[in-house]
Amino acid sequence: MEQNVALELRNVTKTFGSVVANKNVSLQVHKGEILSILGENGSGKTTLMNMVSGIYFPDSGQIFADGEEVVIASPKDAFNYKIGMIHQHFKLVDVFSAAENIVLGLEDEKGFNMPKYIEKIKEITEQYGFELDPHKKIYEMSVSEKQTVEIIKVLFRGADILILDEPTAVLTPQETVKLFAVLRNMRDSGKAIIIITHKLHEVLSLSDNVAVLRKGEYIGTVKTAETNETELTEMMVGKKISLNIERSEVVNPADRLIAEGLTIENHDGIKVLDDVSFTARSGEILGIAGIAGSGQRELLEAIAGLQHLDSGSIIYHNPKTGEEENLRDKTPMEIRSMGVRLAFVPEDRLGMGLVGNMDIVDNMMLRSYKKGNSMFLQRKAPKSLAEEIIEKLEVVTPSSATPVRRLSGGNVQKVLVGREIASAPTVLMAAYPVRGLDINSSYTIYNLLNEQKKNGVAVIFVGEDLDVLIELCDRIMVIGSGKVTGVVDGRHTTKEEIGILMTKTDKEEAES
Amino acid sequence: MKKKCDNLFWSALGHIVKRDDIVWWKAWIIRVLAVLLALVVCGVVTIFLTDLNPIEVYVTMIKGAVGSKRLTWNLLQNTAILLCVSLAVTPAFKMKFWNIGAEGQVLVGGLATAACMIYLGEKLPPALLIPVMLIVSIISGAIWAFVPAYFKTRYNSNETLFTLMMNYVAIQIVAFFTLEWSMPKGSGTPRPLEFGQLPTIFGQKYLINILIVALITVIVYIYLKYSKQGYEISVVGESENTARYIGINVKKVVLRTMLISGAICGITGFLLVAGTDHSLKSDTAGGRGFTAIMVSWLAKFNPVFMVLTSLLIVFLQKGASKISEVYRLNSSFSDIITGIIIFFIIGSEFFINYKIKFNKKGENV
Repeated sequence: MEQNVALELRNVTKTFGSVVANKNVSLQVHKGEILSILGENGSGKTTLMNMVSGIYFPDSGQIFADGEEVVIASPKDAFNYKIGMIHQHFKLVDVFSAAENIVLGLEDEKGFNMPKYIEKIKEITEQYGFELDPHKKIYEMSVSEKQTVEIIKVLFRGADILILDEPTAVLTPQETVKLFAVLRNMRDSGKAIIIITHKLHEVLSLSDNVAVLRKGEYIGTVKTAETNETELTEMMVGKKISLNIERSEVVNPADRLIAEGLTIENHDGIKVLDDVSFTARSGEILGIAGIAGSGQRELLEAIAGLQHLDSGSIIYHNPKTGEEENLRDKTPMEIRSMGVRLAFVPEDRLGMGLVGNMDIVDNMMLRSYKKGNSMFLQRKAPKSLAEEIIEKLEVVTPSSATPVRRLSGGNVQKVLVGREIASAPTVLMAAYPVRGLDINSSYTIYNLLNEQKKNGVAVIFVGEDLDVLIELCDRIMVIGSGKVTGVVDGRHTTKEEIGILMTKTDKEEAES
Repeated sequence: MKKKCDNLFWSALGHIVKRDDIVWWKAWIIRVLAVLLALVVCGVVTIFLTDLNPIEVYVTMIKGAVGSKRLTWNLLQNTAILLCVSLAVTPAFKMKFWNIGAEGQVLVGGLATAACMIYLGEKLPPALLIPVMLIVSIISGAIWAFVPAYFKTRYNSNETLFTLMMNYVAIQIVAFFTLEWSMPKGSGTPRPLEFGQLPTIFGQKYLINILIVALITVIVYIYLKYSKQGYEISVVGESENTARYIGINVKKVVLRTMLISGAICGITGFLLVAGTDHSLKSDTAGGRGFTAIMVSWLAKFNPVFMVLTSLLIVFLQKGASKISEVYRLNSSFSDIITGIIIFFIIGSEFFINYKIKFNKKGENV
């Protein structure tokens, strides 16, 4: 058994300043095994694997590859020990073909021989059951194809130990099934595979063993066959937790925001939004599902007054006055001065919703600094709002004068959502509000959204985790390539149904 | 496996780790140590290059900067002018608008002042002439800064190149007028400007300059930190997307801020011509438009720290030029000394943000 160990870590520790990212982590991966590294966001999964792949250097501890102690100081070293990592964000040259990207940076003393390389790429794709055209350019590819290129890039360099960081985050359910089949093929041919994930059902369906990390500490490794969701969650979070999201019945729904034929063309003349129409009702959560980059961002930004619409209208029904107002091509300031209380939690929290280098108080002020006629800022009200949010939402921070970039992802999001809710909105839009959040913070956010729904707010929730969308939302609108491909009832739909809708337009185009 | 040995050796030494927030006094200890270390290095360099006693050299340097009452006032007045330009570029830099055109903006301010002194000098009483000079110089500086800002917001042109080019335009225009106005005409000897000179108060020629700059320092500090407009500048500078998201009109903020930046440059030109030099030459700004950028960055855009950084820079310049003069060394030597000291000061910021972690003995990595 001993010589079967492909990679072993012993007492690996890594700290960033006073933050301990990994503390005495020890684990083993065998050849012909799929190991999941499970842990919440911020538990140190990616840091640990970055040390194995040569991006970070451990403070202390040992790494063994094939039974021999190794020092991995760069990604190149990692390749020498046949370790390859597929990162969450792909690193590909858009204008190159798949094959060109795969051989990029290769040092071949025998000279550059493209036909031979393509031959080898084809061998790899056949062996493991990939689908890939080596001549296709990256910019023509879907996310899942790009991922395939990244995996083959690593295999091409002879990696026997593959590390995949959240590989399914960007895939549809159908693509995930395909990826898992390929990974199983690789396992059967004797490769050691590590996948980093926080999704329990993936762990259970794919891996042989699960190593659990919690707050940088190694909790233990269990055999997948001998465990279940509840036990894993408990290991991950450290306490028993209920995994159900409450969903109250919709009370007195009224049309609040009616979007009609929204169309946006980008600089290349591609329609990022194509004739999108929908209605958001008060007291209801409208989910928006779709592959990342299908037009979700543009849609929300158009409503918030940040995107120019080529055609269409956004009619807002003011519950106070009963008047109808068209928000199309209004600036955020104009929308606010019309008395439309629109709150928007954008996808890019620190780059758009907040200013990372400013403290919590100054970030509170973003929405309200213009109030009053004085040319000077009033920091009193924002300060008490900041303190109220810190207390109510249990934001972990040294003080309200701490720059928000120093807070953890979950706390950043609490600050942002807290500020947006504080304006007593009638429409609340949230884009991927739980991305990167640990389970507890995620549930805090779900609860806040539910609370707003009960208060009669029209909530629009763009999500990526279909399980969550189905559990939380009353209705789910699915968009694919900028078009609405269907609206389903959250109470009576399945993941598969949504998955098919997500890819619907692609297929139609392929057929025609 | 040679490669592996290299790596083992390398990793045994230690590696660089980013620090958390450092306590302020620790940061200052690092800075002071950096200056001391710089003086030691300068001493060694001095011995090797010149065989002079470094302590003597340093004493000369200090004497050169604050050796007499006249020199001290000179130092303070130079500090005030450099500080004023630094204050001018700060709002722009805070907004991430790379205004490297302060040199030109100061010059046109000075040009406007000189023009008023020449053409209106005999017609207006000083009580009226000086405010007119001030206003005209503010307007000229502001226009010089507004042009690149306008093209930036309208056509997204590159402000760095644009502001740089505007410097050369300003220098040439001033060069033309110095010839035009020189006495006798065309000789190149700058005409002394008699009317509209700033008054001497408490018997000190430069005091009024210093007081005006002190006032501007306070105003800029309050403007950046406590005004709504200052807040908008910070938001635009930190993240243009956030500014758009909350509905700040980014173009308006850019134009307004550059007007302010140029206006303060214009005031500096006014102070230089009416308060200090009483003449105008094409090198009146003397490269301060560029030095100011360093002053502003070193102080991390904090007007109060800028007082210290501009004082330090001027002190080094004055002291170093004294060394060259006394020991009959050419100016390269003083440049070397100044360069080493500034290098260490800037380098110390690295050790404030990062620390080097040495591996403890017996620990296997």
